[in-house]
Amino acid sequence: MSPTVHIAGSLLAAAAESVGGSGPISVDDAGWFLNNAWLIPLLPTVSFATILLLGKRLPGKGAICGIIAVAGSLLLSCGAGVNWITHRDSVGSHDGVPAVHRSLEWLRSGGVDHDVGILLDGLSVMMLFVVSFISLLVHVYSTDYVSGDSRYTHFFAFLSLFTAAMLFFVVSDNLLQMIVGWELVGVCSFVLIGHWWEHRVNSNAALKAFLTNRVGDVGLLIGMTVLFFAAGNTFDTLTITKRIAAGEVGRTAVLVAAVCLTVAVMSKSGQFVLHTWLPDAMAGPTPVSALIHAATMVVAGIFMIARLYPVFWTGMSIEGSSINLLAVVGSVTLLFGGFLAFTQDDIKKVLAYSTVSQLGYMVMALGVGAWTAAIFHLFTHAFFKACLFLGSGSVSHAVHSFNMKTDMGGLRKHMPHTHRTFVMATIALMGLPPLAGFWSKDEILVGTGGWGLFGGTQANGAYTSMLVMGMIGAAVTAAYMIRVVYLTFYGEYRGHGRPHESGLRILLPLYVLAFFAVVAGFLNLPKGFQWLPESWHERFGHYVEPVAAYFPHIGHAKPSWSLALVSTVIALAGAGVSWHYYFRRVRHRSAVERMSLTELPDGPVSRGVVPRAVHTLLVNKYYFDHLYTGVIVRIVKGPLARLAYWFNQRVIDGVVDGTGRKSVVAGRVLYRYFDQGLLDNLIVDGSGRTSDSAGENLRRMQTGKVQQYAAVLFAVSAVIAGVFIMVLAW
Amino acid sequence: MLLNSFLLLAGLLFCIGVYGVLVRRNGIMVLMSVELILNSVNINLVAFGAFHGDVGGEVFALFVIAVAAAEVGIGLAIVLLMYRNRLTTDFAEADMLKG
Repeated sequence: MSPTVHIAGSLLAAAAESVGGSGPISVDDAGWFLNNAWLIPLLPTVSFATILLLGKRLPGKGAICGIIAVAGSLLLSCGAGVNWITHRDSVGSHDGVPAVHRSLEWLRSGGVDHDVGILLDGLSVMMLFVVSFISLLVHVYSTDYVSGDSRYTHFFAFLSLFTAAMLFFVVSDNLLQMIVGWELVGVCSFVLIGHWWEHRVNSNAALKAFLTNRVGDVGLLIGMTVLFFAAGNTFDTLTITKRIAAGEVGRTAVLVAAVCLTVAVMSKSGQFVLHTWLPDAMAGPTPVSALIHAATMVVAGIFMIARLYPVFWTGMSIEGSSINLLAVVGSVTLLFGGFLAFTQDDIKKVLAYSTVSQLGYMVMALGVGAWTAAIFHLFTHAFFKACLFLGSGSVSHAVHSFNMKTDMGGLRKHMPHTHRTFVMATIALMGLPPLAGFWSKDEILVGTGGWGLFGGTQANGAYTSMLVMGMIGAAVTAAYMIRVVYLTFYGEYRGHGRPHESGLRILLPLYVLAFFAVVAGFLNLPKGFQWLPESWHERFGHYVEPVAAYFPHIGHAKPSWSLALVSTVIALAGAGVSWHYYFRRVRHRSAVERMSLTELPDGPVSRGVVPRAVHTLLVNKYYFDHLYTGVIVRIVKGPLARLAYWFNQRVIDGVVDGTGRKSVVAGRVLYRYFDQGLLDNLIVDGSGRTSDSAGENLRRMQTGKVQQYAAVLFAVSAVIAGVFIMVLAW
Repeated sequence: MLLNSFLLLAGLLFCIGVYGVLVRRNGIMVLMSVELILNSVNINLVAFGAFHGDVGGEVFALFVIAVAAAEVGIGLAIVLLMYRNRLTTDFAEADMLKG
C-alpha cells in the first residue's frame, strides 16, 4: 500500500506548494499580482461553492458573498494591471516583453505532460480587468433586478461560476485548459439563459444556445487537435504560437486549424451562420445578457483568436492579402446582423443583433490584421453594450415588458437617469466622436488598409471591401440605435400603469458604465494629435499588444484624418435618416393622429413591393431558423431512403438519359442492361432486398429486454475469453 | 502469497453478479449485481497488483470505483425515472425497444 500513499502524499505536497506560491515553476520578478494571478479565478470559484453549499443562510442570501469575491478579483486584476505596466516599461520594447508564465504538472499520459497554469500578458490582464469589472457591476445590479426571485441564491451561485469560468479561460496557458474554460462558459450560459426554465421558451432558448455551440465545439476540438500534432505534441500555448510565428509548422496544418477554430468562433461569438442562438439567448435575465454580451461568453471567441493569433495570421495569410475567411465572416456578420436589428420589436433583441454586428467588427478586424483595434473594440464595446443592456433591463423593470412598440415610449420623462445613460451609451455605440466607440471603430476601419486617399493608412493588406462594409455597418448601427431610442424614450407612453425610475443599485452601475463609455476611447488615441505629448498616444496598444516571439510581426496602420471624417459623416448620415423618420415624421404624424405611433402607417414597407419583401426577409431572420430546424434537422432524422431513391431516380437515371440522348442505341442498351439490369435490379434493389430481409431476420434479436442482451453479451464474451485462453495456452 | 484464493473469491463474486444481472427482475437488484461484477474485477486487480508489487493495479481499482460510483448514480436515476413513468422497476417490462 505504501506506494499509493506516497503518490497521494506527493500530490498533496504539490498542491501545498502551489498554494504557497513557490514550487517547481519559474518565478520571475514581474510582481506579486502577476505571479499569483491564479487567485483571480479561484475567488469566484470558492464563492460559487460557498453559495451552493450554504445558500440562503449567508448574508444577503449569497449575493454578498458573490459581490465580495468578484470585487476581490477586480482588485487583484487591477494589481496585475499595475504590475504589468511596470513590467512592460521596465523591458525595452525591441527585445520583446516576455509573458508571465507559471504552470504545474497536472498529469502525464502517453509521454505528454498536461499542465495547468497561468499565462499573463497585456491581453489577458486587460481581459481580467474587463471581466471582473463588468461582472461586479452586474452582481450589484442583480441584487435589485432579480430580488424576490425564487432561485435568487442559485442565480448568484452561477453568476460567480460564470465569472470564474471566463477568468479561468482568460488566464489559461495551454489548449486543454482553454477547452475546459470554453466549455465551462458554455455550460454556465446554458444554466443562466434557462434560469426561468418554467417557461418552455426559455428552456428551449437555453438548449438552442447549448446545441448551436456544440456544432462549433466540434471545430474547436478538431482545430486544437490539429494544433497539438502540428506543433509537435504539445498543448502549451506559448510553444505552439512561437513555433507557428517562427514558421516551423507546415502551412497546410495551420490553415486547417485556423479554419476549424473559425467555426468554433462562429458559434461562440455569434458569427454568421451560427449566430441564431444569440438573439434567443435574450430569454435569460437581463443582467445575464449583459454579462454574456459584454464580458464573458461571446468575447471568448474573440479572445481565442487573439490568443492564438499566429495560427490565423499564418494560416489565413492575412498579410498582404485583400480577402480571407475571417475577414469575410466578420464583415458579413457586421452588415447582416445590423440589418436584422431594424425589424425587432423586443429591445433586448435589437441589442442582441447589435452585439452580433459589433462582434463582426472585431472578427473582421482580426481578419484584416488590426489586432489591437479588435481588442480595443472589445474593451470599449464591453462598457457601452453592458450599459445598454442594463439600461434596457432598467426600462423593463419599470414597464414589465421588453416590447418597445406596445409597452414603451415617452419614458424620458419617467426615467431621466436611465434615459441619460442609455443615450450616452448609444452615442458611443454609434461611433460618434469623441465617445469610446468612435476611437475603436475608427481604428478598425483604418486597420483594413482599404483607404487610399490622402496618403492611405499602410496597414497589413488592402481590404477595401471590408472597409466599405464596415462603413455601411456604421451607418446601419447609428440608424437602428436612433430607432431604439425613439421607440423607448420618446413619443407618448403606450404601456400600462405608471412607470417609475429604478433604484440606486440599478442606476449606479449604469452611470459607472456610461462614464466609461464616454472616456474609455481616450486610452488609445491615435498618433495624429501633435499637440498632445507623445506618451499619451496609443497607451492601450502599447501595453496590451504583445511584443514577443509568440506574436507575429504585424504592421500598424497610420491613422487618417480623412477616413475618420468620412466615417463620422457616414454614421451621422445613417443617424440623420433615422432621426428624420422617427423624430420628425413619426412624431409629427403622432401629433396629427393624437396617438403614439411607432412607425408611419403608410411608410415604405406598406407601399413598395421590394421594401415589403426585404421586411419579410428580415422579420424571418433570413429564414435561418427555418433552415436549421425545418431542413437540416428533418434531413438528418428523416428517411434517408427517400434521398437514396431520389438519387437513384434523378442522378443515375438522369446520367443515363443524358448519354442516351447523344447516342440513342447505346443509350437504350445501357439503359436496359446496365441501368435496369445491373444497377437498379441487382445493386439498388438487390441491396434494398438484402437489407430488408436481413432486417426482418435481425429484428427478432431485438427483444427490447435488457437482460437478454446482457445474456448474449456475457455468452459472447465467455466464448471470446475461451478462445483467447486457448490461443494463449497453445 | 498465494493468488488462488483471491482469484477464486473474485470468480465466485463474478458468477454471482452475472447470475443476478441475468435473472433478477428488480432493477435495483440488477444494479447491485453489476456492482458485484465490478468489485470482483477490483479484487483481481488488487490481488495481481500486490502479487507483482505494482501499484498500477491498486490505482486502477480506484479508477474502477470512481467510475462505478458514476455508473450507479446514473443507473439509479434511470430506475427512479422508470418507476415514475411506469410504476414498476421490473426490467422485463421495459421492452419498448422491441423490434
